[in-house]
Amino acid sequence: MSDTPVQTSATVLTVRQVQDYHAMTLVAPAIAERFRPGQFVALAVGGEHTGRLVRRCFGVYEVKSDYGGTVEVVFADTEPGTAWLAGLRSRDKVDVIGPLGRPFRLPRDPVTCLLVGGGPGGAALFALADTLHRRGCQVHFLLGGRTGKQVFGSRMAHRIGDSAAVTTEDGSMGERGTVGAAMPRVIADTGAEVVYGCGPTDLLRSITRVAGEFGLPSQVCLEEFLQRTGACGIGVCMTCVLPLHGEDGVTRMVRACADGPVLRGDRVRWGDLGTIPFDALGAPRVLGVPEGGRAR
Amino acid sequence: MNSQRLKTKIAGLELASPVLTASGCGGTGRELAQFCELTRLGAFVTTSVMARPRAGRPTPRVAETPSGILTAMGLPGPGVEGFLEHELPWLAEQGVPVVVSVAGNSAEEFAELAARLSGEPGVAAIEVNVACPNVADRGRMFAWHPGAAAAVVRAVRGAAPAGVPVIAKLTPDVTDIVTIALACVDAGADALTLINTVEGMAIDHRTLRPAVTGVSGGLSGPAIRPIALRCVYQVHAALPRTPIIGCGGVATGLDALEYVLAGASAVAVGTTLFHDPGAVPRIARELDEALAARRIERLADAVGLAHRPAGHAPPQVRPATPPPPHTAPQTAPAAVPPAREAAEAPAASGRPAEPDPAPAPAAEVKERTP
Ligand SMILES: Cc1cc2nc3c(=O)[nH]c(=O)nc-3n(C[C@H](O)[C@H](O)[C@H](O)COP(=O)(O)O)c2cc1C
Ligand code: FES
Repeated sequence: MSDTPVQTSATVLTVRQVQDYHAMTLVAPAIAERFRPGQFVALAVGGEHTGRLVRRCFGVYEVKSDYGGTVEVVFADTEPGTAWLAGLRSRDKVDVIGPLGRPFRLPRDPVTCLLVGGGPGGAALFALADTLHRRGCQVHFLLGGRTGKQVFGSRMAHRIGDSAAVTTEDGSMGERGTVGAAMPRVIADTGAEVVYGCGPTDLLRSITRVAGEFGLPSQVCLEEFLQRTGACGIGVCMTCVLPLHGEDGVTRMVRACADGPVLRGDRVRWGDLGTIPFDALGAPRVLGVPEGGRAR
Repeated sequence: MNSQRLKTKIAGLELASPVLTASGCGGTGRELAQFCELTRLGAFVTTSVMARPRAGRPTPRVAETPSGILTAMGLPGPGVEGFLEHELPWLAEQGVPVVVSVAGNSAEEFAELAARLSGEPGVAAIEVNVACPNVADRGRMFAWHPGAAAAVVRAVRGAAPAGVPVIAKLTPDVTDIVTIALACVDAGADALTLINTVEGMAIDHRTLRPAVTGVSGGLSGPAIRPIALRCVYQVHAALPRTPIIGCGGVATGLDALEYVLAGASAVAVGTTLFHDPGAVPRIARELDEALAARRIERLADAVGLAHRPAGHAPPQVRPATPPPPHTAPQTAPAAVPPAREAAEAPAASGRPAEPDPAPAPAAEVKERTP
């Protein structure tokens, strides 16, 4: 097994509608065998002569050994590229690169883990749950969404989790409210020692905050931020950057794709996403003067 | 693949392949190395290196546009010291020529960068990014003014070691790119890279705001290929002896061939790498096949062929099988127009600012016809 990602033309096995999302299974043995939970794949959209050059990055829901090795991704159809993917049929081809990025780091000891997810990105928690179980960890789920249809995998979570809780903003499934509001109670009930998060960036921010209040370490997967900002998925375009507070106290702009997508929640400068903090390495030196400006 | 066919030369720098990476699009090299052997690149062109570390612009930095992307990067990078410590030593060990791109805020800063690179092993050439369309301070885009561009090139040429070619990279966003090219070559540029990104804009339907920070950005990808090709053609007509690296939307071997026919001795691949990180060796292979199918034995024989006057029978396109021995390219025009030499010596002054009326860079083709 090698750490190096591969680029491959994968055959589509199935594309299914799952609630508000699409689940696509691809035959990609080389990716399946290399995959570790938290990593993602970057898909080209539009076919061979496409004019859409930005790769679409998705976390991996599950890898299986069927057909030599399959990879399943879950995504929302939000733009023409995802519409193209949702329209693929069995036996179609899609160009995939993966597995990419740094995976979740796993606890050395069999600890109690809380896995918190929202939206289609939450799908990536299930591969992690398998791995944690195999290490003897307890796995508790907390999943959320605006409506029940936007909560991905609640049945699976109940089946494989040691416990599972669901929140929806409209109360159509589980408890009415947000994941952030429910988290303190779930941490108390489960005795969680470690928190893993996957989903919309706002959710990751509240996961980090609540985990911090309980003194728990959090690892979060910034797949949604990467989807919004990235172009290549492999670390060459430098478009997916966010400010990260380093061990040495210096804030650097790091790539969500190659330095992430999994990052320690307490290292991400959540309030400064979408900006260059003035104290970041290489930030414009004088406030109010555009970088490269006359102040130099 | 015929390894001899693709050999090319950029101002004394011999390259095994004419297909390079474009500045800012190949990361540190390590990322691309996961998808293709770097030895199969004609050269690795680095992201523009600046004097100090630079965070660049906030996100969103990219928007997808038809057959292209719009980016507003702000020249992020580790600064020259970080580059020399963490990036160049590794690149220099990969067995691929490394072209170091430099960018600065003043001619002096450019000169300091060139001087700092001087002692460093592994710098095959210096590319001078006189076009920085993503930098906020648009008023100081050197490449807009022949004088400013020339000052930067002169400063770099003066500070760089004599044996290291200096390549000026220009923006198409000017009234007459030939004027800028002439000024840069006059100032000592050994070669030219054409082109950097084209300034453009996109608006986000959801936020109802400009799609990239900084309002406008640099357009790249196949969308700009016709613009870049036109620039290469015009500049080659005026400066037939100046090697040109064509850059803009190269995605296939036939795209590369178009650039070569327009007058480029090499091409650089940028945005295509984001979509297909293994593209460079593939494009080289396709170009080799495209040349073979046209019975062109050496890349140099094809450089600028599109400038021949109409009426030359085009070589027949055949399937890509090895050509029979002694097949001369059926391409060399009988007559070589004079009046080219005036524009050749870089030091020559009083050069006409207009392209020649009868562009036909056939001299090289003819010389090399067996
Ligand atoms: C994300 C990105 C970063 C770039 N960075 C640089 C740079 O640092 N220096 C430079 O001279 N050109 C830079 N360019 C311009 C490219 O080298 C190239 O000239 C341009 O993108 C056109 O080629 P393409 O269509 O193949 O991308 C950059 C382009 C992109 C898209
Ligand atoms: S998406 Fe290109 S560097 Fe992260």
